[in-house]
Amino acid sequence: MRKPFAITLDVGSSLANRTGTWRTERPVYLDRLPPCNHACPAGENIQGWLYHAESGDYRRAWEELVQNNPMPAVMGRVCYHPCESACNRGQLDQPVSIHAVERFLGDEAIRRGWAFPQPASESGKRVLIVGAGPSGLSAAYHLRRLGHAVTIHEAGPMTGGMMRFGIPKYRLPRDVLHAEVQRIVDMGVTIKLNAKVDNILDTMRAGGFDAAFLAVGAHLAKRAYIPAGSASRILDAVSVLRGMETAERPQLGRRVVVYGGGNTALDVARTAKRLGAEEAIIVYRRTREKMPAHDFEVQEALEEGILFKWLTTIKQAGETTFTVEKMELDETGFPQPTGELETIEADSLVLALGQDVDLSLLDRVPGLVIEDGVVKVDANMMTGHAGLFAGGDMVPSERTVTVAVGHGKKAARNIDAWLRGARYAPAPKHELASFELLNPWYYTDAPKSVQPMLDILRRQSTFEEVTGGLDEGNALFEARRCLSCGNCFECDNCYGVCPDNAVIKLGPGQRFEFNYEYCKGCGICVSECPCGAIRMEPETI
Amino acid sequence: MTTQPVKFYQTGTFTVGNRLLDESQRSVQANMERTNSLNSGHRACQGCGEALGARYAIDAAMRAAGNQLVAANATGCLEVFSTPYPETSWQVPWIHSLFGNAAAVASGIAAANRVKGRKGVQVIAQGGDGGTTDIGFGCLSGMFERNDDVLYICYDNEAYMNTGVQRSSATPPAARTATTPAVGKRPGNVAGTGKNLPLIAMAHGIPYVATASVANLHDLEAKVTRAMGISGARYIHIHVPCPLGWGSAPADTIKVARMAVESGLFPLIEAEHGEVVDRAKIRHRVPVDEYLKLQRRFAHLFRPERDTERLAMIQAVADRNIARFGLM
Repeated sequence: MRKPFAITLDVGSSLANRTGTWRTERPVYLDRLPPCNHACPAGENIQGWLYHAESGDYRRAWEELVQNNPMPAVMGRVCYHPCESACNRGQLDQPVSIHAVERFLGDEAIRRGWAFPQPASESGKRVLIVGAGPSGLSAAYHLRRLGHAVTIHEAGPMTGGMMRFGIPKYRLPRDVLHAEVQRIVDMGVTIKLNAKVDNILDTMRAGGFDAAFLAVGAHLAKRAYIPAGSASRILDAVSVLRGMETAERPQLGRRVVVYGGGNTALDVARTAKRLGAEEAIIVYRRTREKMPAHDFEVQEALEEGILFKWLTTIKQAGETTFTVEKMELDETGFPQPTGELETIEADSLVLALGQDVDLSLLDRVPGLVIEDGVVKVDANMMTGHAGLFAGGDMVPSERTVTVAVGHGKKAARNIDAWLRGARYAPAPKHELASFELLNPWYYTDAPKSVQPMLDILRRQSTFEEVTGGLDEGNALFEARRCLSCGNCFECDNCYGVCPDNAVIKLGPGQRFEFNYEYCKGCGICVSECPCGAIRMEPETI
Repeated sequence: MTTQPVKFYQTGTFTVGNRLLDESQRSVQANMERTNSLNSGHRACQGCGEALGARYAIDAAMRAAGNQLVAANATGCLEVFSTPYPETSWQVPWIHSLFGNAAAVASGIAAANRVKGRKGVQVIAQGGDGGTTDIGFGCLSGMFERNDDVLYICYDNEAYMNTGVQRSSATPPAARTATTPAVGKRPGNVAGTGKNLPLIAMAHGIPYVATASVANLHDLEAKVTRAMGISGARYIHIHVPCPLGWGSAPADTIKVARMAVESGLFPLIEAEHGEVVDRAKIRHRVPVDEYLKLQRRFAHLFRPERDTERLAMIQAVADRNIARFGLM
């Protein structure tokens, strides 16, 4: 070809110039662990299900959620949401109201009748579960999904365990509980009620079970020695709350004293108020700050007119009078008696001092170790006796529904591995997506949605649910407050901000790829990624 | 229960794209079919703000013009790094002549279009701050004054970067460059005077003048698109950080640009026929220190001790911009 004067080369594209060779560091896409997921005792992939909820795909959000937790409607109501305490958005304005979105998804699933998938194939193995509480139901669900045949033996007349006998209706309506339990039963789980297991090994042998998961909970009320007259009416919190679920409603009288400082004490006092007590007084030996109960529950109790006597112990119980003693905290924060006495009038005293585990079914099981009234388990949730696993309140841990559900899942995965002669190895955890790794400038400012509360008069006189749910618009808004910490949500920032067009967009849902032929390693994509899903790594030369 | 009718899309239009928004509300840059007018393989430094700004602007212009576009380019970084003989990074018809005549060349192309009766081909001239505010200023002023049908885009990186960071008339007060060293009683560039080209362009009474920043993509694209829909002389001044000349980290290019906007030092405005018609509000206001500290060209304002007098003077510039253009 004839070229113009002084032109000797053909024109070409700069694509011939591979600027990738300039690079000393390379950007790499990665998923980091969002703090909410990290904090969840049930191991939920919260960021994962919020991602689907953000686009209004509630069905997929729910399906992602129930991969780890079969009872979102219950959990969204009763979980103390450690996820929200960990939420990075809390450092921006307020944490995402994760529990409210979870509850919305759970309620949506009940309303629309979404069901769990049936297992792809049956394993032919049989697993016995003792106790139909949160831990037992969770284990049953996960084992069933893995194809095992599951039978639950429940000592009580109803399912739910402490979700029914420990959590009052005004926090967890029973139709919600029933719906979520029924959905597990519908997977083909057999539940035998009023079927107390007296000896675990005998029951396993008789039923031909290959493994067992023990989750009997902690239902025995702890007692305290209080000198009392013969006419004193002293009850314990467990039987009061249990009585609410059966025919015998507890007779508490007009003035009720509750002794203890945990969430159960508050539940009993608030229940007493709803049963018509004019006064419900919580007596606790330490201060409000030292109370093990959650502060928001104390706040709700105060709103409902529950009275509190801090720094007080009960010395003696009479028929209608109780002698109490003032306490004071010593330097170590421990309460010490002052000798200062006082009398309070009341018709009954309810002890809410914690619960013990009924371990009688484990008598004469070889290898089993019991310490401080609970059963020792190894990292795989197995007791000292091979094939016998345990979880929930009967093993050493925090006693919450969420922890119990987490135990159920973990035990199920370990039982599944054990039945196949293997050991369950959880996938390695991603590194934590901490706040400093985010670029929060990109997120729209938005305070959290507030859940409606039942008006105070109805809270004092009925067992209607205190806290309402979010509607669809609010739930969507709330889900979209998620920062998607550490996980790409396809905002296209990396694709847009690269001065070298070295980011390849793969299309909706497919995320992105780097074109290392041209990437100069400037790192703008890392700085401008809102959610911290890119990292610079040194080039190996 | 009260419902919240708030439209809320997580990151709204702050990010380049957003899967929750309708396609039409996402940026041109989010589109898989964008023209990539300035292609890969160009020789701009790591983290070059100008390369980014040029692709943002020309991609948006290409979409607005239905790919019927000719660009004239002044000498400068943009020209040098994109077209070392015989390679070119441009995927648009592109012409380079001299340092100071980009506006005149573009005027000529527009005139040729008119004479030949060729309709629908739009003309863009582009250059750096040197080619625009110094060397090409006469040609540019003439193009404005004659109201030639050209969109002139200036990528302002505030000095002659290509030749080794010499000052230009767009270099900010107190900045260190190769020709304004940080020595003596008044270190760095001259303070108190300067040449504000967007305001000078407005003084010509041309149909459209705007400022934009690589830190605000949606705003930049909207302005380019707007300008492409107007005939006559138009001017857009885009703030593009230069990691090499400013002494900022390549990864911080957009952050630096964002701090310039958020501090009020670089106001984002739109003007028609000499009058300001719109401004982008500052979202989270920051003191000018947040902008200056990211750049080594201003290091002498903080070391060995704080130059409170000059910092107060620069802050006053930002405060005046905020008051003058109503940025808060």
